[in-house]
Amino acid sequence: MASTHITPTRMELTRLKNKLVLAVRGHRRLKDKRDELMRQFMEMIRENMELRRKVEAGIHAAGQNFVIAKAAMDAAALNTALMVPKQEIWLEIRRRNVMGVNIPVFVTKTRTADENDIYPYGLAFTSGDLDLAVKSLADILPDMLKLAETEKACQLMAEEIEKTRRRVNALEHVTIPETKKSIRYITMKLDENERSAQVRLMKVKDLMLEEAHHYP
Amino acid sequence: MCKIAVIGDYDSVYGFAALGIEIFPVSDPVAAGEKLHRLATEYGVIYITEHLAAGLQSEIEKYADRVTPAIIQIPGTSGNTGEGIRGVRRCVEKAVGSDILFGS
Repeated sequence: MASTHITPTRMELTRLKNKLVLAVRGHRRLKDKRDELMRQFMEMIRENMELRRKVEAGIHAAGQNFVIAKAAMDAAALNTALMVPKQEIWLEIRRRNVMGVNIPVFVTKTRTADENDIYPYGLAFTSGDLDLAVKSLADILPDMLKLAETEKACQLMAEEIEKTRRRVNALEHVTIPETKKSIRYITMKLDENERSAQVRLMKVKDLMLEEAHHYP
Repeated sequence: MCKIAVIGDYDSVYGFAALGIEIFPVSDPVAAGEKLHRLATEYGVIYITEHLAAGLQSEIEKYADRVTPAIIQIPGTSGNTGEGIRGVRRCVEKAVGSDILFGS
């Protein structure tokens, strides 16, 4: 119990009262932060889920296309065709601040100006199925990047929400009640001291009167 | 400027090479873990097949609170293990306290 360790003085009382005001204010702010984070998180996680379903279905479909492409060509030709990529993709990572959480924003840059310039092979020795397969994979690439962005943002926000929630709970259930209890303890103790001082004075007065005037 | 990497068994990842994403064909989880740590500083996004990621959960967790790299699980040719979706659910559980999106 905290109240056993505190010294019941006026200075301590003032300090605790200030602490309580600060704690209550902080609690309110953190609660607002948590609510807003949660709202944004819910929006983002829905988007995340949708993108994930889409990307998983897309990759699955592309995988099937590649199997078909592979069936029509021999492995060596396929490997040669894909060995030297023509296109290269870079990410510029910017950061966006959402309620104090830094989340990444990806800006893609491709080596060749045309983003659809993806076929790294001549068309003579490869099957048309390979073109289709590569195209199907290229089509879901923007979604994959979007997924990476949102999923990372969701992870970071989940972390922050958890942290904020802990803080809110600690303030609500530990710091504030304990400070209140301590304030009460000090007030009681000071009142008690005052009363005992008063009684002592009254008693002393009685004794002095008795000595001077021989009152009963 | 960061690049994008894909880690996974060769059959799952070779298609991504055509898109300008760098592929790292690995099939052993231990080697994949080492690869992951080496790539983490240089690459902005690392896609990893669910199959490989299953053995690397603790390694992936290490990067959970950093802005980069984003480590994203994707299904490989061996099929969808549902781990990616479960990851999203875990995220919800962590933030909300219970899985409110999909029921349980």
